[in-house]
Amino acid sequence: MSHASFWELMNFGPDGWGWSMMRAAGVTVMVALAGFILGGFIGSFGAWAKIAGNRPVRIAADAYTTILRGIPDLLVIFLFYFGGSLALSAIYRAFGGEGFVDFPGFAAGAMAIGLTSGAQHTEVFRGAYYAIHDGELEAAKAAGMTRMMMLRRIIMPLLLRHALPGLGNIWQVVLKESALVSVTGLIELARQAQIGAGSTRQPFYFFMAAALLFLMITFVSNRVFRFSEAHFSRGVRGAR
Amino acid sequence: MSSSALAQPVLQDPDLALAASSADAQLSGQKTAISIRNLHKNFGDVEVLKGIDIDVAEGQVVSILGSSGSGKSTLLRCVNFLESPTMGEITIAGETVRTRPGKNGDLEAADIGQLNRLRSNVGMVFQSFNLWSHKTVLENVMEAPVYVQKRPVAECHDEACAYLEKVGIYDKRFSYPSRLSGGQQQRAAIARSLAMHPKVMLFDEPTSALDPELVGEVLRVMRALADEGRTMLVVTHEMGFAREVSNRVIFLEQGWIEEDGAPETVFGASRSARFRQFIAAQPH
Repeated sequence: MSHASFWELMNFGPDGWGWSMMRAAGVTVMVALAGFILGGFIGSFGAWAKIAGNRPVRIAADAYTTILRGIPDLLVIFLFYFGGSLALSAIYRAFGGEGFVDFPGFAAGAMAIGLTSGAQHTEVFRGAYYAIHDGELEAAKAAGMTRMMMLRRIIMPLLLRHALPGLGNIWQVVLKESALVSVTGLIELARQAQIGAGSTRQPFYFFMAAALLFLMITFVSNRVFRFSEAHFSRGVRGAR
Repeated sequence: MSSSALAQPVLQDPDLALAASSADAQLSGQKTAISIRNLHKNFGDVEVLKGIDIDVAEGQVVSILGSSGSGKSTLLRCVNFLESPTMGEITIAGETVRTRPGKNGDLEAADIGQLNRLRSNVGMVFQSFNLWSHKTVLENVMEAPVYVQKRPVAECHDEACAYLEKVGIYDKRFSYPSRLSGGQQQRAAIARSLAMHPKVMLFDEPTSALDPELVGEVLRVMRALADEGRTMLVVTHEMGFAREVSNRVIFLEQGWIEEDGAPETVFGASRSARFRQFIAAQPH
Protein backbone atom coordinates (compact mmCIF):
# COMPACT_ATOMS: atom_id res chain seq x y z
CA MET A 1 0.00 0.00 0.00
CA SER A 2 2.95 2.24 0.59
CA HIS A 3 3.71 2.75 -3.12
CA ALA A 4 0.40 2.54 -4.91
CA SER A 5 0.45 4.00 -8.42
CA PHE A 6 -1.69 6.93 -9.54
CA TRP A 7 -4.26 4.73 -11.23
CA GLU A 8 -4.43 2.30 -8.32
CA LEU A 9 -5.43 5.19 -6.10
CA MET A 10 -7.79 6.86 -8.53
CA ASN A 11 -9.76 3.82 -9.69
CA PHE A 12 -13.51 3.65 -9.41
CA GLY A 13 -13.59 0.35 -7.53
CA PRO A 14 -14.56 -0.10 -3.89
CA ASP A 15 -11.03 0.77 -2.65
CA GLY A 16 -10.41 3.61 -5.13
CA TRP A 17 -10.78 7.31 -4.57
CA GLY A 18 -12.22 7.92 -8.05
CA TRP A 19 -15.82 8.39 -7.03
CA SER A 20 -14.95 10.54 -4.03
CA MET A 21 -12.90 12.85 -6.21
CA MET A 22 -15.66 13.05 -8.82
CA ARG A 23 -18.28 13.81 -6.19
CA ALA A 24 -16.03 16.51 -4.75
CA ALA A 25 -15.58 17.97 -8.23
CA GLY A 26 -19.39 18.09 -8.48
CA VAL A 27 -19.54 19.98 -5.15
CA THR A 28 -16.93 22.42 -6.45
CA VAL A 29 -18.98 23.11 -9.58
CA MET A 30 -22.18 23.49 -7.53
CA VAL A 31 -20.77 25.90 -4.98
CA ALA A 32 -19.05 27.93 -7.70
CA LEU A 33 -22.20 27.99 -9.82
CA ALA A 34 -24.43 28.97 -6.88
CA GLY A 35 -22.02 31.77 -6.00
CA PHE A 36 -21.71 32.89 -9.62
CA ILE A 37 -25.49 33.05 -10.11
CA LEU A 38 -26.00 34.87 -6.81
CA GLY A 39 -23.23 37.25 -7.88
CA GLY A 40 -25.05 37.76 -11.18
CA PHE A 41 -28.20 38.89 -9.37
CA ILE A 42 -26.27 41.13 -7.01
CA GLY A 43 -24.32 42.50 -9.97
CA SER A 44 -27.50 43.31 -11.92
CA PHE A 45 -28.80 45.34 -9.01
CA GLY A 46 -25.40 46.89 -8.43
CA ALA A 47 -25.10 47.95 -12.06
CA TRP A 48 -28.65 49.29 -12.08
CA ALA A 49 -27.90 51.23 -8.89
CA LYS A 50 -24.75 52.73 -10.37
CA ILE A 51 -26.37 53.61 -13.70
CA ALA A 52 -29.85 54.77 -12.75
CA GLY A 53 -29.81 55.20 -8.98
CA ASN A 54 -30.03 58.50 -7.13
CA ARG A 55 -27.11 59.76 -5.05
CA PRO A 56 -27.54 57.65 -1.88
CA VAL A 57 -28.14 54.50 -3.94
CA ARG A 58 -25.05 55.18 -6.02
CA ILE A 59 -22.94 55.82 -2.93
CA ALA A 60 -24.14 52.54 -1.39
CA ALA A 61 -23.28 50.64 -4.58
CA ASP A 62 -19.86 52.29 -4.74
CA ALA A 63 -19.19 51.40 -1.12
CA TYR A 64 -20.20 47.79 -1.81
CA THR A 65 -17.89 47.33 -4.78
CA THR A 66 -15.00 49.16 -3.11
CA ILE A 67 -15.23 47.16 0.13
CA LEU A 68 -15.84 43.73 -1.43
CA ARG A 69 -13.13 44.13 -4.02
CA GLY A 70 -10.74 45.29 -1.31
CA ILE A 71 -11.17 42.46 1.24
CA PRO A 72 -9.42 39.12 0.60
CA ASP A 73 -11.96 36.48 -0.39
CA LEU A 74 -10.74 34.14 2.32
CA LEU A 75 -11.72 36.70 4.97
CA VAL A 76 -15.17 37.10 3.45
CA ILE A 77 -15.68 33.33 3.62
CA PHE A 78 -14.55 33.29 7.27
CA LEU A 79 -16.82 36.22 8.07
CA PHE A 80 -19.80 34.45 6.55
CA TYR A 81 -18.99 31.10 8.11
CA PHE A 82 -18.32 32.34 11.63
CA GLY A 83 -20.82 35.16 11.44
CA GLY A 84 -23.50 32.73 10.27
CA SER A 85 -22.55 30.26 12.98
CA LEU A 86 -22.70 32.96 15.64
CA ALA A 87 -26.12 34.03 14.46
CA LEU A 88 -27.42 30.47 14.28
CA SER A 89 -26.01 29.70 17.74
CA ALA A 90 -27.66 32.80 19.15
CA ILE A 91 -30.99 31.76 17.67
CA TYR A 92 -30.47 28.25 18.98
CA ARG A 93 -29.76 29.57 22.49
CA ALA A 94 -32.79 31.82 22.36
CA PHE A 95 -34.87 28.69 21.98
CA GLY A 96 -33.15 27.07 24.94
CA GLY A 97 -30.41 25.10 23.19
CA GLU A 98 -26.78 24.95 24.16
CA GLY A 99 -23.46 25.04 22.39
CA PHE A 100 -22.18 26.01 18.95
CA VAL A 101 -24.26 25.54 15.80
CA ASP A 102 -22.27 25.08 12.61
CA PHE A 103 -23.35 27.22 9.67
CA PRO A 104 -23.57 24.99 6.56
CA GLY A 105 -20.28 25.31 4.66
CA PHE A 106 -21.98 25.20 1.27
CA ALA A 107 -24.28 28.13 2.07
CA ALA A 108 -21.48 30.17 3.64
CA GLY A 109 -19.25 29.49 0.64
CA ALA A 110 -21.90 30.25 -1.97
CA MET A 111 -22.91 33.48 -0.21
CA ALA A 112 -19.32 34.61 0.19
CA ILE A 113 -18.53 33.86 -3.45
CA GLY A 114 -21.77 35.54 -4.51
CA LEU A 115 -20.98 38.67 -2.56
CA THR A 116 -17.39 38.98 -3.77
CA SER A 117 -18.12 38.08 -7.40
CA GLY A 118 -21.19 40.34 -7.27
CA ALA A 119 -18.81 43.29 -7.05
CA GLN A 120 -17.04 42.13 -10.23
CA HIS A 121 -20.40 41.43 -11.92
CA THR A 122 -21.49 44.98 -11.11
CA GLU A 123 -18.54 46.49 -12.94
CA VAL A 124 -18.81 44.11 -15.91
CA PHE A 125 -22.54 44.80 -16.37
CA ARG A 126 -22.05 48.53 -15.95
CA GLY A 127 -19.34 48.64 -18.57
CA ALA A 128 -21.39 46.47 -20.92
CA TYR A 129 -24.40 48.77 -20.56
CA TYR A 130 -22.36 51.81 -21.52
CA ALA A 131 -21.05 49.94 -24.57
CA ILE A 132 -24.58 49.72 -25.99
CA HIS A 133 -25.10 52.18 -28.82
CA ASP A 134 -27.49 54.89 -27.54
CA GLY A 135 -29.34 55.03 -30.84
CA GLU A 136 -30.56 51.46 -30.53
CA LEU A 137 -32.22 52.38 -27.24
CA GLU A 138 -33.69 55.53 -28.74
CA ALA A 139 -35.14 53.51 -31.60
CA ALA A 140 -36.79 51.22 -29.05
CA LYS A 141 -38.24 54.21 -27.20
CA ALA A 142 -39.45 55.79 -30.42
CA ALA A 143 -41.18 52.53 -31.31
CA GLY A 144 -43.25 52.84 -28.15
CA MET A 145 -41.65 50.01 -26.18
CA THR A 146 -42.26 49.89 -22.45
CA ARG A 147 -39.20 49.84 -20.21
CA MET A 148 -39.63 46.16 -19.40
CA MET A 149 -39.96 45.23 -23.05
CA MET A 150 -36.92 47.31 -23.91
CA LEU A 151 -34.94 45.61 -21.14
CA ARG A 152 -35.93 42.13 -22.31
CA ARG A 153 -35.87 42.52 -26.09
CA ILE A 154 -33.08 45.08 -26.65
CA ILE A 155 -30.95 45.84 -23.59
CA MET A 156 -30.35 42.31 -22.25
CA PRO A 157 -29.17 40.70 -25.50
CA LEU A 158 -26.96 43.67 -26.36
CA LEU A 159 -25.62 43.84 -22.82
CA LEU A 160 -24.73 40.14 -22.76
CA ARG A 161 -22.84 40.60 -26.01
CA HIS A 162 -20.48 43.00 -24.27
CA ALA A 163 -20.58 41.33 -20.85
CA LEU A 164 -19.81 37.71 -21.77
CA PRO A 165 -16.01 38.00 -22.06
CA GLY A 166 -15.94 39.64 -18.62
CA LEU A 167 -18.34 37.05 -17.22
CA GLY A 168 -16.04 34.30 -18.47
CA ASN A 169 -13.20 35.85 -16.50
CA ILE A 170 -15.32 36.09 -13.37
CA TRP A 171 -16.30 32.44 -13.72
CA GLN A 172 -12.64 31.37 -13.87
CA VAL A 173 -11.89 33.38 -10.75
CA VAL A 174 -14.95 32.04 -8.93
CA LEU A 175 -14.06 28.45 -9.81
CA LYS A 176 -10.63 28.82 -8.25
CA GLU A 177 -11.99 30.81 -5.33
CA SER A 178 -14.27 27.87 -4.52
CA ALA A 179 -11.16 25.98 -3.30
CA LEU A 180 -11.01 28.48 -0.43
CA VAL A 181 -14.40 27.29 0.76
CA SER A 182 -12.60 24.14 1.97
CA VAL A 183 -11.75 26.12 5.13
CA THR A 184 -15.37 25.70 6.22
CA GLY A 185 -15.00 21.91 6.07
CA LEU A 186 -17.08 21.61 2.90
CA ILE A 187 -15.79 18.57 1.03
CA GLU A 188 -15.11 20.07 -2.36
CA LEU A 189 -12.22 19.18 -4.62
CA ALA A 190 -9.39 20.82 -2.70
CA ARG A 191 -10.61 19.52 0.66
CA GLN A 192 -11.15 16.00 -0.72
CA ALA A 193 -7.64 15.95 -2.15
CA GLN A 194 -6.29 17.01 1.23
CA ILE A 195 -8.20 14.19 2.96
CA GLY A 196 -6.99 11.61 0.44
CA ALA A 197 -3.45 12.89 0.67
CA GLY A 198 -3.53 12.64 4.45
CA SER A 199 -4.88 9.11 4.62
CA THR A 200 -2.71 7.57 1.88
CA ARG A 201 0.46 9.64 2.27
CA GLN A 202 0.40 10.28 -1.47
CA PRO A 203 -0.19 14.04 -1.57
CA PHE A 204 1.29 14.58 -5.02
CA TYR A 205 -1.07 12.14 -6.73
CA PHE A 206 -4.13 13.62 -5.03
CA PHE A 207 -3.31 17.23 -5.72
CA MET A 208 -2.38 16.26 -9.27
CA ALA A 209 -5.78 14.60 -9.69
CA ALA A 210 -7.52 17.66 -8.25
CA ALA A 211 -5.61 19.92 -10.64
CA LEU A 212 -6.61 17.76 -13.61
CA LEU A 213 -10.26 17.85 -12.58
CA PHE A 214 -10.12 21.65 -12.24
CA LEU A 215 -8.65 21.83 -15.73
CA MET A 216 -11.44 19.65 -17.11
CA ILE A 217 -14.08 21.89 -15.55
CA THR A 218 -12.30 24.91 -17.01
CA PHE A 219 -12.13 23.30 -20.44
CA VAL A 220 -15.87 22.53 -20.51
CA SER A 221 -16.87 25.96 -19.22
CA ASN A 222 -14.62 27.63 -21.79
CA ARG A 223 -16.52 25.85 -24.53
CA VAL A 224 -19.85 26.94 -23.05
CA PHE A 225 -18.71 30.56 -22.89
CA ARG A 226 -17.30 30.51 -26.38
CA PHE A 227 -20.58 29.13 -27.69
CA SER A 228 -22.62 31.79 -25.83
CA GLU A 229 -20.32 34.55 -27.04
CA ALA A 230 -20.84 33.44 -30.63
CA HIS A 231 -24.59 33.42 -30.05
CA PHE A 232 -24.80 36.87 -28.53
CA SER A 233 -22.32 38.40 -30.97
CA ARG A 234 -24.60 37.67 -33.89
CA GLY A 235 -24.77 40.70 -36.09
CA VAL A 236 -21.39 42.01 -34.98
CA ARG A 237 -19.19 42.68 -37.93
CA GLY A 238 -16.40 40.13 -38.16
CA ALA A 239 -18.10 37.78 -35.69
CA ARG A 240 -19.20 34.40 -36.89
CA MET B 1 -61.51 78.19 -41.79
CA SER B 2 -64.89 77.10 -40.46
CA SER B 3 -65.04 74.22 -42.90
CA SER B 4 -61.64 73.11 -41.71
CA ALA B 5 -62.82 73.30 -38.11
CA LEU B 6 -65.81 71.12 -39.00
CA ALA B 7 -63.52 68.59 -40.53
CA GLN B 8 -61.57 68.35 -37.29
CA PRO B 9 -64.05 67.26 -34.67
CA VAL B 10 -61.22 66.37 -32.30
CA LEU B 11 -59.75 69.86 -32.31
CA GLN B 12 -62.37 71.99 -30.68
CA ASP B 13 -60.07 74.44 -29.02
CA PRO B 14 -60.64 77.76 -30.84
CA ASP B 15 -57.03 78.79 -30.20
CA LEU B 16 -55.82 75.87 -32.24
CA ALA B 17 -58.06 76.71 -35.17
CA LEU B 18 -56.98 80.37 -35.04
CA ALA B 19 -53.34 79.47 -34.85
CA ALA B 20 -53.47 77.29 -37.95
CA SER B 21 -50.72 78.52 -40.18
CA SER B 22 -50.98 79.89 -43.67
CA ALA B 23 -49.59 76.76 -45.28
CA ASP B 24 -52.19 74.75 -43.44
CA ALA B 25 -54.88 76.79 -45.10
CA GLN B 26 -53.85 75.50 -48.51
CA LEU B 27 -54.87 72.08 -47.37
CA SER B 28 -57.99 73.12 -45.49
CA GLY B 29 -60.53 70.38 -45.26
CA GLN B 30 -57.88 67.94 -44.10
CA LYS B 31 -57.26 66.83 -40.56
CA THR B 32 -54.30 68.04 -38.56
CA ALA B 33 -51.80 65.22 -38.08
CA ILE B 34 -49.48 67.01 -35.71
CA SER B 35 -49.84 70.22 -33.86
CA ILE B 36 -46.95 71.83 -32.03
CA ARG B 37 -47.89 74.67 -29.68
CA ASN B 38 -45.57 77.19 -28.10
CA LEU B 39 -42.70 74.73 -27.94
CA HIS B 40 -39.72 75.81 -25.88
CA LYS B 41 -36.59 73.83 -25.15
CA ASN B 42 -33.64 74.83 -23.02
CA PHE B 43 -30.41 72.94 -22.58
CA GLY B 44 -29.13 74.43 -19.36
CA ASP B 45 -28.96 78.18 -19.97
CA VAL B 46 -29.13 77.83 -23.74
CA GLU B 47 -32.53 78.43 -25.26
CA VAL B 48 -32.61 76.14 -28.28
CA LEU B 49 -36.30 76.52 -29.18
CA LYS B 50 -37.98 79.81 -28.32
CA GLY B 51 -41.64 79.17 -28.98
CA ILE B 52 -42.46 77.11 -32.04
CA ASP B 53 -45.99 76.74 -33.45
CA ILE B 54 -46.55 74.34 -36.32
CA ASP B 55 -49.65 72.55 -37.57
CA VAL B 56 -49.04 69.76 -40.03
CA ALA B 57 -52.04 68.64 -42.04
CA GLU B 58 -52.47 65.02 -43.01
CA GLY B 59 -50.60 64.24 -46.18
CA GLN B 60 -48.31 67.22 -45.88
CA VAL B 61 -44.60 66.77 -46.48
CA VAL B 62 -42.73 69.37 -44.46
CA SER B 63 -39.02 70.02 -44.88
CA ILE B 64 -37.37 71.64 -41.89
CA LEU B 65 -34.23 73.52 -42.86
CA GLY B 66 -31.75 75.46 -40.83
CA SER B 67 -28.06 75.80 -40.14
CA SER B 68 -26.52 73.52 -37.56
CA GLY B 69 -27.48 74.58 -34.06
CA SER B 70 -30.72 76.14 -35.23
CA GLY B 71 -32.69 73.58 -33.21
CA LYS B 72 -34.24 71.62 -36.05
CA SER B 73 -33.29 68.16 -34.77
CA THR B 74 -34.32 69.11 -31.27
CA LEU B 75 -37.69 70.23 -32.62
CA LEU B 76 -38.22 66.86 -34.29
CA ARG B 77 -37.12 64.93 -31.20
CA CYS B 78 -39.51 66.90 -29.02
CA VAL B 79 -42.44 65.69 -31.12
CA ASN B 80 -42.14 62.13 -29.80
CA PHE B 81 -40.56 63.17 -26.51
CA LEU B 82 -37.15 61.66 -27.18
CA GLU B 83 -36.27 65.13 -25.94
CA SER B 84 -38.41 66.59 -23.17
CA PRO B 85 -39.78 70.02 -24.05
CA THR B 86 -39.28 72.75 -21.48
CA MET B 87 -42.70 74.19 -22.27
CA GLY B 88 -45.41 73.66 -24.85
CA GLU B 89 -47.89 71.15 -26.13
CA ILE B 90 -47.69 68.34 -28.68
CA THR B 91 -50.84 66.93 -30.27
CA ILE B 92 -50.60 63.81 -32.40
CA ALA B 93 -53.64 62.82 -34.48
CA GLY B 94 -55.92 64.84 -32.23
CA GLU B 95 -54.56 63.53 -28.95
CA THR B 96 -52.49 65.87 -26.80
CA VAL B 97 -49.58 64.34 -24.89
CA ARG B 98 -50.37 64.75 -21.21
CA THR B 99 -47.41 66.28 -19.37
CA ARG B 100 -46.33 67.32 -15.92
CA PRO B 101 -43.27 69.18 -14.67
CA GLY B 102 -40.29 66.84 -14.39
CA LYS B 103 -37.35 66.94 -12.01
CA ASN B 104 -34.92 68.98 -14.10
CA GLY B 105 -37.35 71.74 -15.04
CA ASP B 106 -38.45 70.15 -18.34
CA LEU B 107 -41.81 68.58 -18.94
CA GLU B 108 -42.22 64.83 -18.76
CA ALA B 109 -45.04 62.61 -19.98
CA ALA B 110 -47.60 62.24 -17.23
CA ASP B 111 -48.98 59.01 -18.65
CA ILE B 112 -46.25 56.75 -19.98
CA GLY B 113 -48.86 54.37 -21.39
CA GLN B 114 -50.34 57.17 -23.49
CA LEU B 115 -46.89 58.29 -24.63
CA ASN B 116 -45.94 54.77 -25.73
CA ARG B 117 -49.23 54.43 -27.61
CA LEU B 118 -48.70 57.76 -29.38
CA ARG B 119 -45.06 56.92 -30.10
CA SER B 120 -46.13 53.74 -31.84
CA ASN B 121 -48.19 55.99 -34.16
CA VAL B 122 -45.16 58.06 -35.06
CA GLY B 123 -42.44 56.50 -37.19
CA MET B 124 -38.96 57.83 -36.67
CA VAL B 125 -36.00 57.52 -39.02
CA PHE B 126 -32.66 58.50 -37.52
CA GLN B 127 -29.53 59.97 -39.02
CA SER B 128 -27.49 56.98 -37.81
CA PHE B 129 -30.16 54.41 -38.78
CA ASN B 130 -30.22 52.85 -35.28
CA LEU B 131 -31.23 49.40 -36.43
CA TRP B 132 -31.06 46.81 -33.66
CA SER B 133 -27.73 45.17 -34.37
CA HIS B 134 -28.58 41.78 -32.84
CA LYS B 135 -31.60 41.29 -35.08
CA THR B 136 -31.78 40.57 -38.78
CA VAL B 137 -33.35 43.12 -41.10
CA LEU B 138 -36.61 41.15 -41.12
CA GLU B 139 -36.60 40.85 -37.32
CA ASN B 140 -36.00 44.59 -37.07
CA VAL B 141 -39.03 45.32 -39.21
CA MET B 142 -41.26 42.81 -37.38
CA GLU B 143 -40.20 43.73 -33.85
CA ALA B 144 -42.55 46.62 -33.06
CA PRO B 145 -45.65 45.32 -34.92
CA VAL B 146 -45.37 41.96 -33.14
CA TYR B 147 -44.25 43.01 -29.67
CA VAL B 148 -45.51 46.60 -29.28
CA GLN B 149 -48.67 46.48 -31.37
CA LYS B 150 -49.19 42.77 -30.67
CA ARG B 151 -50.48 41.97 -34.14
CA PRO B 152 -50.50 38.40 -35.49
CA VAL B 153 -47.00 37.23 -36.43
CA ALA B 154 -47.95 35.81 -39.83
CA GLU B 155 -49.60 39.08 -40.84
CA CYS B 156 -46.60 41.10 -39.63
CA HIS B 157 -44.22 38.81 -41.51
CA ASP B 158 -46.05 39.21 -44.82
CA GLU B 159 -46.31 42.96 -44.35
CA ALA B 160 -42.65 43.25 -43.38
CA CYS B 161 -41.68 41.39 -46.55
CA ALA B 162 -43.88 43.70 -48.60
CA TYR B 163 -42.28 46.81 -47.10
CA LEU B 164 -38.78 45.41 -47.63
CA GLU B 165 -39.73 44.71 -51.23
CA LYS B 166 -40.95 48.25 -51.52
CA VAL B 167 -37.70 49.79 -50.28
CA GLY B 168 -35.75 47.35 -52.43
CA ILE B 169 -33.89 45.19 -49.89
CA TYR B 170 -36.12 42.13 -49.71
CA ASP B 171 -33.16 39.90 -50.65
CA LYS B 172 -31.26 41.24 -47.61
CA ARG B 173 -33.98 40.33 -45.13
CA PHE B 174 -31.92 37.63 -43.36
CA SER B 175 -28.79 39.78 -43.10
CA TYR B 176 -27.70 41.56 -39.97
CA PRO B 177 -27.50 45.36 -40.25
CA SER B 178 -23.70 45.35 -40.00
CA ARG B 179 -23.57 43.53 -43.36
CA LEU B 180 -25.51 46.28 -45.14
CA SER B 181 -24.36 49.52 -46.70
CA GLY B 182 -25.53 52.76 -45.12
CA GLY B 183 -28.14 53.29 -47.80
CA GLN B 184 -29.50 49.78 -47.32
CA GLN B 185 -29.56 50.24 -43.56
CA GLN B 186 -31.47 53.48 -43.87
CA ARG B 187 -33.99 51.87 -46.23
CA ALA B 188 -34.39 49.02 -43.72
CA ALA B 189 -35.00 51.63 -41.02
CA ILE B 190 -37.66 53.25 -43.20
CA ALA B 191 -39.32 49.84 -43.69
CA ARG B 192 -39.15 49.33 -39.93
CA SER B 193 -41.05 52.52 -39.25
CA LEU B 194 -43.55 51.89 -42.07
CA ALA B 195 -44.40 48.51 -40.54
CA MET B 196 -46.05 50.25 -37.58
CA HIS B 197 -48.60 51.96 -39.84
CA PRO B 198 -47.52 55.36 -38.54
CA LYS B 199 -49.84 58.34 -38.85
CA VAL B 200 -46.79 60.58 -39.13
CA MET B 201 -43.20 59.89 -40.08
CA LEU B 202 -40.31 61.88 -38.67
CA PHE B 203 -37.00 61.92 -40.55
CA ASP B 204 -34.00 63.28 -38.65
CA GLU B 205 -31.39 64.10 -41.32
CA PRO B 206 -31.90 60.70 -42.96
CA THR B 207 -29.18 61.15 -45.57
CA SER B 208 -26.55 63.09 -43.62
CA ALA B 209 -24.57 60.00 -42.56
CA LEU B 210 -24.53 58.49 -46.05
CA ASP B 211 -21.83 58.46 -48.67
CA PRO B 212 -22.86 60.82 -51.48
CA GLU B 213 -23.49 58.00 -53.95
CA LEU B 214 -25.95 56.34 -51.53
CA VAL B 215 -28.07 59.43 -50.86
CA GLY B 216 -30.11 58.97 -54.02
CA GLU B 217 -31.51 55.53 -53.17
CA VAL B 218 -32.84 56.78 -49.84
CA LEU B 219 -34.28 59.97 -51.34
CA ARG B 220 -36.07 57.89 -54.01
CA VAL B 221 -37.79 55.85 -51.29
CA MET B 222 -38.77 59.03 -49.45
CA ARG B 223 -40.12 60.57 -52.62
CA ALA B 224 -42.27 57.46 -53.18
CA LEU B 225 -43.65 57.78 -49.66
CA ALA B 226 -44.45 61.45 -50.25
CA ASP B 227 -46.26 60.53 -53.48
CA GLU B 228 -48.40 58.07 -51.50
CA GLY B 229 -49.68 61.01 -49.47
CA ARG B 230 -47.92 60.13 -46.23
CA THR B 231 -47.49 62.80 -43.60
CA MET B 232 -43.80 63.50 -43.21
CA LEU B 233 -41.66 65.87 -41.18
CA VAL B 234 -38.17 65.88 -42.62
CA VAL B 235 -35.17 67.60 -41.12
CA THR B 236 -32.78 67.75 -44.03
CA HIS B 237 -29.92 69.42 -45.82
CA GLU B 238 -31.13 68.14 -49.19
CA MET B 239 -32.30 71.30 -50.92
CA GLY B 240 -33.48 69.28 -53.92
CA PHE B 241 -35.81 67.26 -51.73
CA ALA B 242 -37.10 70.35 -49.94
CA ARG B 243 -37.73 72.15 -53.23
CA GLU B 244 -39.19 69.34 -55.31
CA VAL B 245 -40.74 66.77 -52.99
CA SER B 246 -42.00 68.62 -49.96
CA ASN B 247 -45.02 70.87 -50.17
CA ARG B 248 -44.02 73.03 -47.27
CA VAL B 249 -40.70 74.41 -46.11
CA ILE B 250 -39.91 75.69 -42.65
CA PHE B 251 -36.66 77.52 -42.03
CA LEU B 252 -35.50 77.56 -38.45
CA GLU B 253 -33.06 80.18 -37.26
CA GLN B 254 -31.78 80.45 -33.69
CA GLY B 255 -34.81 78.76 -32.22
CA TRP B 256 -37.42 80.71 -34.18
CA ILE B 257 -39.37 79.97 -37.33
CA GLU B 258 -37.90 82.40 -39.85
CA GLU B 259 -39.73 81.17 -42.94
CA ASP B 260 -42.79 78.95 -43.39
CA GLY B 261 -44.52 78.39 -46.68
CA ALA B 262 -44.76 76.56 -49.97
CA PRO B 263 -41.32 75.78 -51.47
CA GLU B 264 -41.94 77.95 -54.56
CA THR B 265 -42.68 80.93 -52.34
CA VAL B 266 -39.89 80.37 -49.85
CA PHE B 267 -37.20 79.49 -52.37
CA GLY B 268 -38.51 81.94 -54.98
CA ALA B 269 -38.96 85.12 -53.07
CA SER B 270 -37.89 84.88 -49.48
CA ARG B 271 -37.95 88.13 -47.59
CA SER B 272 -35.55 86.73 -45.03
CA ALA B 273 -31.99 87.85 -45.62
CA ARG B 274 -30.84 85.07 -43.31
CA PHE B 275 -32.57 82.45 -45.49
CA ARG B 276 -31.10 83.81 -48.72
CA GLN B 277 -27.69 83.69 -47.05
CA PHE B 278 -28.32 80.09 -45.94
CA ILE B 279 -29.33 79.03 -49.45
CA ALA B 280 -26.33 80.73 -51.00
CA ALA B 281 -24.04 78.80 -48.66
CA GLN B 282 -25.45 75.41 -49.73
CA PRO B 283 -23.36 73.30 -52.08
CA HIS B 284 -24.96 72.89 -55.49
